[in-house]
Amino acid sequence: MSERVGTQGLLFNEPLLWERGSRGRSGMSLPRADVEPAPVDEDLVGNGPDIPDLSEPEVVRHYTRLSQWNFGIDSNMYPLGSCTMKYNPKTNEKQAARPGFAGAHPLLPSELSQGALQLMAELEQYLAEITGLDAATLQPAAGAQGELTGMLIMHAWFKHHDDRRSKIIVPDTAHGTNPASAALCGYRAVPAASGPDGILETAVIDRLMDDETAGIMITNPNTLGFFEENIKAIAQIVHRHDGLVYCDGANMNALMGIVDLAAAGVDILHLNLHKTFSTPHGGGGPGSGPVLVRKKLEPFLPVPRVVPDGKGWRLSDDFPLSIGKIHAFQGNFGVMVKAYSYIRSMGADLKRASQLAVLNANYLKERLKGVLHLPYDRPCMHECVFTDALQQPYGITTLDMAKRLMDYGFHPPTVYFPLVVKDALMMEPTETESRDDIDRFVEALEAVAKEAVESPELLREAPHVCKTERLDETEAARNPRLTG
Amino acid sequence: MRYLPHTDDDISTMLRVTGADSINDFFAVVPEELRRPSGMALPDALTEWELNDLMAALSNADTGATDFLSFVGAGSYDHHIPETVPFLAGRSEFATSYTPYQPELSQGTLQAMYEYQTLLARLTGMEIANASMYDGASALAEAILMALRITKKNTVALSTAVHPFYRQVVRTYVEPTGCSVLELPVLESGRTDLLTLASSADSAVAALQSPNFFGCMEDLPTAARIMHDQGGLLAASFTEPVAFGLYRPPGDDGADVACGEGQSLGIPRSFGGPGVGIFCTRSRYVRSMPGRLVGKTRDQSGKRGFVLTLATREQHIRRERATSNICTNSSLCALSSAVYLASLGGSGLRRLARLNYDKTEYLKRNLSEAGWTMPFTSPTFNEFVARIPGDAEEAHRGLREKGILAGVPLGRWYPDLRDCLLLCVTETATREDMDRLVSEVRS
Amino acid sequence: MKEISELLFPENTLYAEDHEWAKIEDGVATVGINDYAQDQLGDIVYVELPQVGDSFERGDEFGTVESVKAVSELYMPLSGEIIAVNENLEDSPELINQSPYEEGWIIKIRPDDDNEAEELMEKEAYLSFLKGDD
Ligand SMILES: Cc1ncc(COP(=O)(O)O)c(C=O)c1O
Repeated sequence: MSERVGTQGLLFNEPLLWERGSRGRSGMSLPRADVEPAPVDEDLVGNGPDIPDLSEPEVVRHYTRLSQWNFGIDSNMYPLGSCTMKYNPKTNEKQAARPGFAGAHPLLPSELSQGALQLMAELEQYLAEITGLDAATLQPAAGAQGELTGMLIMHAWFKHHDDRRSKIIVPDTAHGTNPASAALCGYRAVPAASGPDGILETAVIDRLMDDETAGIMITNPNTLGFFEENIKAIAQIVHRHDGLVYCDGANMNALMGIVDLAAAGVDILHLNLHKTFSTPHGGGGPGSGPVLVRKKLEPFLPVPRVVPDGKGWRLSDDFPLSIGKIHAFQGNFGVMVKAYSYIRSMGADLKRASQLAVLNANYLKERLKGVLHLPYDRPCMHECVFTDALQQPYGITTLDMAKRLMDYGFHPPTVYFPLVVKDALMMEPTETESRDDIDRFVEALEAVAKEAVESPELLREAPHVCKTERLDETEAARNPRLTG
Repeated sequence: MRYLPHTDDDISTMLRVTGADSINDFFAVVPEELRRPSGMALPDALTEWELNDLMAALSNADTGATDFLSFVGAGSYDHHIPETVPFLAGRSEFATSYTPYQPELSQGTLQAMYEYQTLLARLTGMEIANASMYDGASALAEAILMALRITKKNTVALSTAVHPFYRQVVRTYVEPTGCSVLELPVLESGRTDLLTLASSADSAVAALQSPNFFGCMEDLPTAARIMHDQGGLLAASFTEPVAFGLYRPPGDDGADVACGEGQSLGIPRSFGGPGVGIFCTRSRYVRSMPGRLVGKTRDQSGKRGFVLTLATREQHIRRERATSNICTNSSLCALSSAVYLASLGGSGLRRLARLNYDKTEYLKRNLSEAGWTMPFTSPTFNEFVARIPGDAEEAHRGLREKGILAGVPLGRWYPDLRDCLLLCVTETATREDMDRLVSEVRS
Repeated sequence: MKEISELLFPENTLYAEDHEWAKIEDGVATVGINDYAQDQLGDIVYVELPQVGDSFERGDEFGTVESVKAVSELYMPLSGEIIAVNENLEDSPELINQSPYEEGWIIKIRPDDDNEAEELMEKEAYLSFLKGDD
């Protein structure tokens, strides 16, 4: 085995912010007071918040130390399934920080914000082209808000046609946000079980779909990493009952330039710009979850929309059937700039990115077969799912292996999801990992699997070289301490 | 392409391992009629340098962002951002990590979010805060949904002095619940009419914004009393949290939820997003609240550490019965606001807030002398409504030709205020800037 | 997790398919979740209890128990009115793990219908149900 990348660096201890500092210090320069103090209504005045005073060097050291306890994609491979942890290009950050973008007030008159509006209009066009659908909104701030937007569009569509529907079909492999978004719209999620191959069978949908059901939320590729081959036939069934097909496109990274989702019968789709289009996840956000629709649903998209106006663009609220607003302003524009930069940098290579993402996942799957149990042994798309069945006889669980991988310098895969696979380890290498890095990851897992047999206690007590050992989550939940 | 590491050699080796002849083999499962016959019609790939030129040209076309003296607020504010904020939040260990589901590798994000929760709870005077929502508007919508769940009532009282866009978002979110929305009018003072609230009896929640859309401070203690007598909640929204460096925060005035936008705290305006949705409430509502929570705990050796906690409220566990569908939130922006607050400190925030207030009063005074009037009498923070002799849109356009963005005309949302502008002054406006506006108004 | 043979199932107690137990004494049924259920759930961190005075049908959900990463609904083994809830569980949900049949009881019910108890299982029947279930 090549040398382990995980090692014990010099990590600093660092107290909580308010355990530092001293009253009267300051880490920010304030403008001079160039006007006279004005009288204030004393009835309204408060004592001011209890926030510690720190100098600039203290602030810098505090957060620098904290950052060193974190693992990012720039540290090493981050094969977190369903999350598309691909490399986040540095130039994208620079583009979003340009004064004309970062400094643009959201209520600027359209003549004075033509650059931002043009960028949004073009990004909408590119996303439509990439997915095959007709029109887009960039307003949703993340995938789940995109799902909600899509559900609201469905809701509005049926209401407009005087057709009240109460249910929606959600496969058992769906991400938790799908049923939660449907529920926010008042739809009852009807679970659909996937078949023995890990994909939906037409007959199941035929049985579940009726005139009370708004349609289906289908993730393609699904969270097992398989292409829903029957999607077109399923869509036909849904359409026969005048239902609508919603596609969770969070896994679009497998399909760009390869699959036409409109041809597959999809009516509404969301994308995660913070996955497929390389914008950083930021420790949990911000994201952006554009929604694409077919022509007939375009009137229901959120307002404001970017519309052509003579030679340029403007924002328009003039869409009487619109579901309304979903974000205070136009959505997470800063994230859009990064995705736009990515698309312009990649061009037609987006297709190659999808191809290589799929190659990497299949290569990883093939290499790990036998090291870990592979519940579905068939070609996958961008990700593959294993279990701990081979390690269980030694009393080793998915969680133990995940924690031990940290000692080898890798972020663990997604664990215990999707729920249909018991004790799952879900791996998505993405296209930006080289063969060498995947090989090193495989070697690490091989070593962990060997340890599971020979020295299982090493795994049970892992991790050993992180900032902390395993943390007591039970205590945290029994006696929540959420502020200090 | 520089982001794609594969050489031809790599590809053929990898294909050999998988037993496939070509990458296309993996897509054999895709039915023919779903494949794209031709490539995507996208512009050709740009080099890094070509991209710079393109983006420079596009961003330069946003002349409003760079070439004007601006007095525009209305939910998005121009404050100085210390260089430390983008520098530290931009560290790739923070920026390129995912949600901290594996705490041992994410203590940086987790401690920072625990500190964020603490700072925001202290700033708003509340007991607890979550680790962020998308934005101020969805935070308010979620607060209202939470109140509907807790009280099991069916009416929402929404002040018309809440940001018009926030009200639109609230309506979008509550539409499927079938609850009724009662809009509370605004009084001469610029405050919400609380008598209407008192006489409306049985609301789940009253949603007020303070400082409100007109910049006026609301009478939150009275609103809280009215709501608590009815067995409902008070949700206090805000778009300008810097105000709590001067004025009493909503928690001290009896609000049950304090929620709003944190863009003011070290986050660039970015044409409206990303910002950060702040959501703070009382401990007793912790199990009903939306969003992620970071909690303090210990590791096996007794060392302090942090984890995501109370996750059973969330979609990945409770699915359709979750308290919200939110997953990705606005973590990195929350981090920015924590770095900002840490840089400013309590003493700095007090001085900053006072500076915003004093400058705003200066402009008010001088515009009054120049012939504009202030229709609302209630105390304001850094925004205010000015009534101008004549048509507001026209005056606005006239000033724009002089290189000044004189706030936003209000007629679009409030026909009665067709002759009014909403103006904002932060610490970034100098006395000379304000004098320039005033002298243009005079002329 | 334990083997079924390591788990405790007292006699004189009735068992439901959803792994609740009920013990009927003097016209009052004490209800909790059994050793199998608490073991499957792991460390219980929170119990959501009904209000005294609420009435439910058999099979209705009357509350939830939560571990760190799972939520389980609690179902009424018998129809009836809630006459007491175990308030100690609010601060010490771990009582269910430590003592599922004694200190970790969850509710007391006044059953509506004495005949319903006959549809619950005795220990042996429950054990064979469990072995089939697993
Ligand atoms: C398949 C799938 N759908 C939806 C989502 C939700 O997206 P977001 O976290 O942006 O809300 C995710 C990711 O978290 C996902 O993996």
